[in-house]
Amino acid sequence: MEIVRSHILVCAGTGCHASNSDEIVEALQKHIETEKMDKEVRVIKTGCFGLCALGPVVVVYPEGAFYSRVTPEDAGEIVREHIVKGRIVTRLLYQETVQEEGVSSLSETPFYKKQFRVALRNCGVIDPENIDEYIAFDGYSALGRALTEQTPQEIIDIISKSGLRGRGGAGFPTGRKWQFAAAAQGDVKYVVCNADEGDPGAFMDRSVLEGDPHSVVEAMTIAGYAIGAHEGYLYVRAEYPIAVKRLEIAIRQAREYGFLGKGIFGTGFDFDLIIRLGAGAFVCGEETALLASIEGRRGEPRPRPPFPAVKGLFAKPTLLNNVETYANIPWILQNGWEEFTKIGTEKSKGTKVFALGGKIHNTGLVEVPMGTTLREVVEEIGGGCPGGKAFKAAQTGGPSGGCIPAEHLDIPIEYETLMSIGSMMGSGGLIVMDEDNCMVDIARYFLDFTVDESCGKCAPCRIGTRRLYQLLEKITGGGGTPEDLDTLEVLCKHISENSLCGLGQTAPNPVLSTLRYFRDEYEAHVRDKKCPARVCKDLLQYKITDACIGCTACARVCPTDAITGKVKELHVIDQAKCIKCGACEEKCKFKAIIKE
Amino acid sequence: MPNTKTVVPFQGTAEQEQALRDIIGEHKGRPGAVMPALQKAQEVYGYLPEEVLISLAEGLDVSLSELYGVVSFYTQFSVNPKGKYQVAVCMGTACYVKSAADILARVESKLGCKAGSVTPDGRFSVEATRCIGACGLAPVITVGEDVYGRLAPEEVSGILDKYLT
Repeated sequence: MEIVRSHILVCAGTGCHASNSDEIVEALQKHIETEKMDKEVRVIKTGCFGLCALGPVVVVYPEGAFYSRVTPEDAGEIVREHIVKGRIVTRLLYQETVQEEGVSSLSETPFYKKQFRVALRNCGVIDPENIDEYIAFDGYSALGRALTEQTPQEIIDIISKSGLRGRGGAGFPTGRKWQFAAAAQGDVKYVVCNADEGDPGAFMDRSVLEGDPHSVVEAMTIAGYAIGAHEGYLYVRAEYPIAVKRLEIAIRQAREYGFLGKGIFGTGFDFDLIIRLGAGAFVCGEETALLASIEGRRGEPRPRPPFPAVKGLFAKPTLLNNVETYANIPWILQNGWEEFTKIGTEKSKGTKVFALGGKIHNTGLVEVPMGTTLREVVEEIGGGCPGGKAFKAAQTGGPSGGCIPAEHLDIPIEYETLMSIGSMMGSGGLIVMDEDNCMVDIARYFLDFTVDESCGKCAPCRIGTRRLYQLLEKITGGGGTPEDLDTLEVLCKHISENSLCGLGQTAPNPVLSTLRYFRDEYEAHVRDKKCPARVCKDLLQYKITDACIGCTACARVCPTDAITGKVKELHVIDQAKCIKCGACEEKCKFKAIIKE
Repeated sequence: MPNTKTVVPFQGTAEQEQALRDIIGEHKGRPGAVMPALQKAQEVYGYLPEEVLISLAEGLDVSLSELYGVVSFYTQFSVNPKGKYQVAVCMGTACYVKSAADILARVESKLGCKAGSVTPDGRFSVEATRCIGACGLAPVITVGEDVYGRLAPEEVSGILDKYLT
């Protein structure tokens, strides 16, 4: 075997890929060839490192130097200085790792210190397109042991005892789900993976599929053995082309190695996987809608029972889990359920991956033990709001979840605690909002989303969400009355009680949670006709203050000629003409234009 | 529901027709074949013209109304052609809280084309998309395959200029 002295890991997740990480790989390879070191140094494209805010990310081992915001032009310097001369390129290092005595370990930085990686264990570590690297990290050993040493019931018992709960949002115990599917009568059964990650601001599942696709392939095969299925479907969002490509590669490699197909591991067990692409319908994340979509129909949910475990895909018993749930399975089987139960809290075991986004320093992907507080995630790992702005709320659970205010930041992250404060775990999107975000506008934004994505099958959701949206439009548009706030609450109650599926039942959550914690903002909109965060355009006016020196820059940039005034004299905005585009405010060098 | 039927005349080629026949042959009779067949057909034609839907319905032995029901349900299926450059403004939450609405407004005014439509010369189409998952780069727009992240609204104009010339 050839000895490689240095490994250069380049993040090829969607975030870094979008910032040209492919070109960085090419440039690195070119420079390595120029230095004739291609036998000693290997460049590897990995999955997501998590710290997307600093992408594109390049890590050089054995030193563990973490280079951030690398450009293709930096490749030459990294090769010539670091690889050839052994001098780390300090200017490109992630500043948190730079210490007086040299480079500190990445795991000691505030971003990584409190993280514990189970589902993301291989992301940013291995080459997702190379099955050998997955195997080198004990990949497929859980499958091998399952097929040769364990009975299906033993596997289900291990999953049950681990306390693993569905990571797609609702938190149903995974072991029970497997038990139901195993107990269901039927000669044909299916295993399905929900990779239709539709929550805006969530990209956990995508990162797992991009960074460690084999873990999902392995887990689904184990699930097939446990419940007695021989075919599995992966339903992936079509918006994730890189994830789809890597899954296709993973499935092909697994077939070549005999981990998929006929007689897996030389046993009599057959199992194979088929990828199906979504086509842009949020409701398809709901399990019955997802199954309808795989069957080639409109993705409309149906009432349950019968549950998919009894009557699912093509009317056969079906086991359906989400990507992150599957990614936990091989780890649990390798390390034992006892190890898994040591992580997390009494009712919520293990870890949860969050996609940190919005007004936060370290946007990216984090995996923390359950029970970690939101404050630790937002302030320590996330680094707080940029620009010295005040934190206002953290939104979890996407359009089904709620906004959590600063007063609740110290609650531990668990399924039950999040529910008790009007939000939910959801799939793991965590969007941070600061003082510049209007909570009424945020509620309106989410309702706009659900109105658009409601499938239209049941009236409470189809009509109810639209009426909610219209009320919120009225309030943000300045036409709201105090009575409207009561109407909102009544309507929310009816929608959540009477809708057919989870989409409608949870659609009012963004409204209810903002009404609960930010009622003063709603009241400012309806009583004083003011938007405290200065977001709602109909409720604010641009004005020119005495700081104006009459440079005429604003008047020239105004698209509607709403600004008048002579040179070197105070200018005035004609409110009737102003369309509130903000161009003047941007142009003014003297901060003389204000919103109020 | 608005009439979304396209006004652009159908201009399929013989190669495209052959590709369509192959798609039908490959999927006919398979369970749940409708979605993959539609996706492949859209790859061939760039959109799903009525003529193509009729061929698919006949070939796959499903009714045209059922097929249209599926096409109109999913946002990725389009019965209208897309522009040469497809400008997509991400309206996911992470982008939205970082002024994606302003960015969309600027794209629309710069191109004179509202989200969901095509410029009359067929060069640009604008879309307000759901989260594309590049939240670390928020706010993001894509033009075809090119991704522009960490945008300030005033940068929009310069980016589009590259494609306008």
